Amino acid sequence: MTDRALAVVRAGALTTVQDAGRPGHAHLGVPHSGALDRPAADLVNRLVGNPPGRAVLETTLNGCAVRPRSSVTVAVAGAPCRVTVEGRPAAWGAPLRVPAGALLDVGPAVSGVRTYVGFAGGIAVEPVLGSRSTDLLSGLGPPPLADGTVLPLGRPVGVPARVDVGPQPAPPAELVLRVTLGPRDGWFTPQAVRTFTSGAFRVSSASNRIGLRTEGPALERARPGELPSEGMVLGAVQVPPDGRPVVFLADHPTTGGYPVIAVVRTADLPAAAQAVPGTPVRFVPVRRR
Amino acid sequence: MNVLSVGEDALLVEVSSDDEAQALHAELLRRRAEGSLAAREIVPAARTVLLDGLDAPARLAAELTAAKLPSAPPRARAVVEIPVRYDGPDLGDVAAHWGVPESEVARIHAETEFRVAFCGFAPGFGYLTGLPSRYDVPRRDTPRTAVPAGSVGLAGPYTGVYPRSSPGGWQLIGTTDIVLWDHARVPAALLSPGTRVRFVPSAPGAGS
Repeated sequence: MTDRALAVVRAGALTTVQDAGRPGHAHLGVPHSGALDRPAADLVNRLVGNPPGRAVLETTLNGCAVRPRSSVTVAVAGAPCRVTVEGRPAAWGAPLRVPAGALLDVGPAVSGVRTYVGFAGGIAVEPVLGSRSTDLLSGLGPPPLADGTVLPLGRPVGVPARVDVGPQPAPPAELVLRVTLGPRDGWFTPQAVRTFTSGAFRVSSASNRIGLRTEGPALERARPGELPSEGMVLGAVQVPPDGRPVVFLADHPTTGGYPVIAVVRTADLPAAAQAVPGTPVRFVPVRRR
Repeated sequence: MNVLSVGEDALLVEVSSDDEAQALHAELLRRRAEGSLAAREIVPAARTVLLDGLDAPARLAAELTAAKLPSAPPRARAVVEIPVRYDGPDLGDVAAHWGVPESEVARIHAETEFRVAFCGFAPGFGYLTGLPSRYDVPRRDTPRTAVPAGSVGLAGPYTGVYPRSSPGGWQLIGTTDIVLWDHARVPAALLSPGTRVRFVPSAPGAGS
């Protein structure tokens, strides 16, 4: 292997390779996948001079540590955290140079859930169906990072951004998700629909890249029985038999048989990716534009 | 056709049967191929077709609501043959549901021509229809924590083949060595919506 590579020293709780995902294959049962907080992934690519959509690392809660074999421009954004290079504090949210063999440590998230680490040239693992993303539902793409994993890096093509810090939103203290009702809101009692749009929900610790699970009032069905499997979209709010809404995120299944009471606006999903367990959630109905 | 809005840029088109869903799916694929429909995803399912990533969903919804359902699609040319050993652990239970001897399960299944109604659950997993409704079977009361790759199972009106080992509640009647999904292959999926399928019995232990 060339020396354009990274050795993983501390993989963290769950660190995956993510890019813009693999759209266009849902009819074969292939999830979209891709970075959950796309604006943060786009930002780290922009900061290191990559074109959009290059593969980056997505960490979960406690960061990761890597040692590049050759010097490389790096940027860390998304969930705020302490960043060090060989133990010395380094910038978060701005390009930084990591010398060959130096340890880059991306610390635990101070707030939020997922930190993104971009490298000039991008992570260059072999693409699967046009994407390098790890898909945790179906197992496509590279496995989650493990200590000792070596990841190839691509050749840098751009110039790092000349900024002191890239502006980005703070992780949400309260997660407000705008929704359009349907397509299966008719499967719930009017009271359940009112509860959905006015009730106090919280982010459940059982949330993952497949779905943001909620705790709170259970939504009562007006119609019993099974819904024949139907296609599912990103942001669909599916209600399983326990009545607790689940918001589908990037690795969601492409078809499903539980009724979808509403769909969250795509623009609100990056915040959902950064909401820690316990964060209050409100579903706010809006009209279609 | 009943057209439901899904979020900002998707539509769910409801029809009344599996055949209608397949005909509508074929028609929508044809329209996308000729350039008159722009959709990122066209996902058929049991009684619906989902159109996702649309530029003008409201206009398309109005158009589809007024449109007549297309007639049945032309049959796909080739038949995919799946060699199968009818040696599954639930063969006896399925025979009991069907009210036939175990050996008859294999004969009836292998004489049926199936069609992939839709995919889902895992990459390369097809929901195959073709058995008459009197042969519907329930899922197992307790799903297995690990169903081996290549297991051929039944659930409700569907037959399916597990592309890889996973938990599952389908009634298992057989095993195949064929590779359902290989992302290094083009196409990666052996089965896609509309594919015709036949199961070809092989003797226990044959080919292994």
